[in-house]
Amino acid sequence: MTIEVRIPTILRPYTKDQKAVSAEGATLSAVITNLDSNYAGLGERLLENGALRRFINVYINDEDVRFLGGLEAPIKDGDSITILPAVAGG
Amino acid sequence: MSLEISQAIVDAILEQSRAEYPDECCGVVLGPVGSDKALRLKPMVNSAHSPTFYEFDPKDLLALYREVDDNDEEIVVIYHSHTETEAYPSRTDIAYAGEPGAHYVLVSTRKEIAPATEFRSYRIIDGVVTEEPVVITA
Repeated sequence: MTIEVRIPTILRPYTKDQKAVSAEGATLSAVITNLDSNYAGLGERLLENGALRRFINVYINDEDVRFLGGLEAPIKDGDSITILPAVAGG
Repeated sequence: MSLEISQAIVDAILEQSRAEYPDECCGVVLGPVGSDKALRLKPMVNSAHSPTFYEFDPKDLLALYREVDDNDEEIVVIYHSHTETEAYPSRTDIAYAGEPGAHYVLVSTRKEIAPATEFRSYRIIDGVVTEEPVVITA
């Protein structure tokens, strides 16, 4: 299935400045693999040692994926994924 | 490059930093897309509730971006306070700075300079910090 992924400004250099791109996959993990195959380097910005980076927030529709099973979160037709860098610091 | 911001918004941010002391306070100032005008103050909750760290709650963060999109606004300023140190970006501030288009404002409530306060603005792009002048308007 094809779903829409919204890309934050800081990651748009990977998507030729597109604000939203299409991706495919039945789980978040598969979607990220698919994104990385089309936009090389994007996966590395989202994952670290095979897990979602602590300071990258990923949402499926309105829900933080940390509450949906993380990388194993299932993706349905018509879902929308939003990626936002955390606003954080010391 | 500089940040132009009203005295009223500066005062409100400094007041918030004192009210939330000893925790760091945080928030954004919004403006119309492409304007670079810091017009609408939106304080945020520091979900870390910490004197040495701040983070927007992930749910609040999504709501903020939705609101900004719906209003044809952009995040012009991202601010937070340092409670005991200079108003200069820390290593973690630099590492996590994720909005290359934003002015990163730091204020400080450190005792050494009280009752005076610091209000300084920076660009943080690809790990490089550049301080910029702050022009305070009436």
